[in-house]
Amino acid sequence: MIKISNMSYHIADKPILNQLNVSFNDGFNVLLGPNGAGKSTLVALLTHLCLPSSGTIEYHGVDLHLKPHDAMAKIGVVFQQPTLDLDLTVAQNLAYHGSLHGISRRQVMINAQPLLAGLDLLNRLNDRVRQLNGGHRRRVELVRALVHQPTILLLDEASVGLDNRSRMQILSYIRQLTTREHLCVIWATHLLDEIDNSDNLVVLDTGRVVAHGEASALKATHNVTRMSDLYMLLTNQGALNAI
Amino acid sequence: MQFNRYWVAFVGIFSREVRRFIAQHTRLLSALVRPMLWLIVFANGFRAALGVSIMEPYGTYITYQTYITPGLCCMILLFNGMQSSLSMVYDREMGSMKVLLMSPLPRSYLLFCKLLANAILALIQVYLFLLLANVVNVNLDWEAYVSAMPAILVIALFLGALGLLLSNLIKQLENFAGVMNFVIFPMFFLSSALYPLWKMKEASLWLYWICQYNPFTTCVELLRWALYQQINPAAIMILLPLTIIVCVLAVLSFSPSKGQRGR
Repeated sequence: MIKISNMSYHIADKPILNQLNVSFNDGFNVLLGPNGAGKSTLVALLTHLCLPSSGTIEYHGVDLHLKPHDAMAKIGVVFQQPTLDLDLTVAQNLAYHGSLHGISRRQVMINAQPLLAGLDLLNRLNDRVRQLNGGHRRRVELVRALVHQPTILLLDEASVGLDNRSRMQILSYIRQLTTREHLCVIWATHLLDEIDNSDNLVVLDTGRVVAHGEASALKATHNVTRMSDLYMLLTNQGALNAI
Repeated sequence: MQFNRYWVAFVGIFSREVRRFIAQHTRLLSALVRPMLWLIVFANGFRAALGVSIMEPYGTYITYQTYITPGLCCMILLFNGMQSSLSMVYDREMGSMKVLLMSPLPRSYLLFCKLLANAILALIQVYLFLLLANVVNVNLDWEAYVSAMPAILVIALFLGALGLLLSNLIKQLENFAGVMNFVIFPMFFLSSALYPLWKMKEASLWLYWICQYNPFTTCVELLRWALYQQINPAAIMILLPLTIIVCVLAVLSFSPSKGQRGR
């Protein structure tokens, strides 16, 4: 579980995130917001790449700022920007990541085996990442994020740039994994067709949480039936649409 | 158990640096061609003009090639240090630095591992250059390779940390190339790498003092003595604390969020 309390983030007095109070429980959480809402900044703060201007972040009760190393061991991340080493093979990329978590190459390969099989990557293990297409690279990043067996998985616009089929394959795989491994997953996106009614939805707009709850409950509360209507209602996209 | 995690991380970082180095074929080639050109072309052209008298640590008259060999070794270390920093700026811009920073191990340790891994790679390059230098009759005993090892590692760490410190001060890859021109060439030419400082003193006193206080001169002199199985106490006393200070400053000034694209 992740708990964010009174967290703000400013860059040169410009508020990027403003007084965030939100919790992400075990299960599939969607962080929804338009471009520029602050999703990637929130992911950077959750991964300790930036420090909040005020407030706290707790992972299973452990303060990220006070004990960052304990928290980092529990987190797996797929960043929006590709972060694989193109000159290395898939196996070498996984081994490198594992080593940074103190896991031997042998153990990495044992942990990776079911993940690689589940994502159809077993036969690409010795290929250089440079030789893989975008969809395969994303899958490798997903395997890498899971290879140290984290309890929390953060995915920042992980499906952007992929074709519809690859996008849905990855999403479906993560949903299965979330249930099977009892993970806490945060799926940051701006794509509405990636949201299920049962998902815990956090809507972010201009650096603020504008809605938080189960997707179906939020739709009922706002008297709408479609996710796109809810989105328009809650975010500036609605105002833009009106113009 | 805890030590094992740290060791595994170092091995992982070192393996990655080696693999990247091998994948970038031209890097090793240019690391060796550059000093060999100096040694074969430049040194042959200037040997007549720049006679070297008997001086420490050499016990007798030496050829100009022999004189500039430690300086050229340091040139390899300088380029390697700056190039490894360039790759850190690249990693930071391309996002792969995030993988390193997401490790549960202390960032200071991870950055030091990167510096040490690059220092070991630089050591191998220097050894290869010294072997090639035999072609132009710069012959060193095998003991020289052993006695020079600690000096080479310290110099490589110092120059790598200096590069990291510089890379922390700039925002983008494009700026880094400019900074290099204002760092590599002045450091190299304003040192005792190519000419003894007493010659510089005869030509210009103020240039002599700049050369004298240039830390690269200290690097060159430390290695020059080490290659002849001798210790240069003054150079050690300057370079060791300086290396520690620069390493600490480089690690402390490192900002993970700097220069990231696309956010």
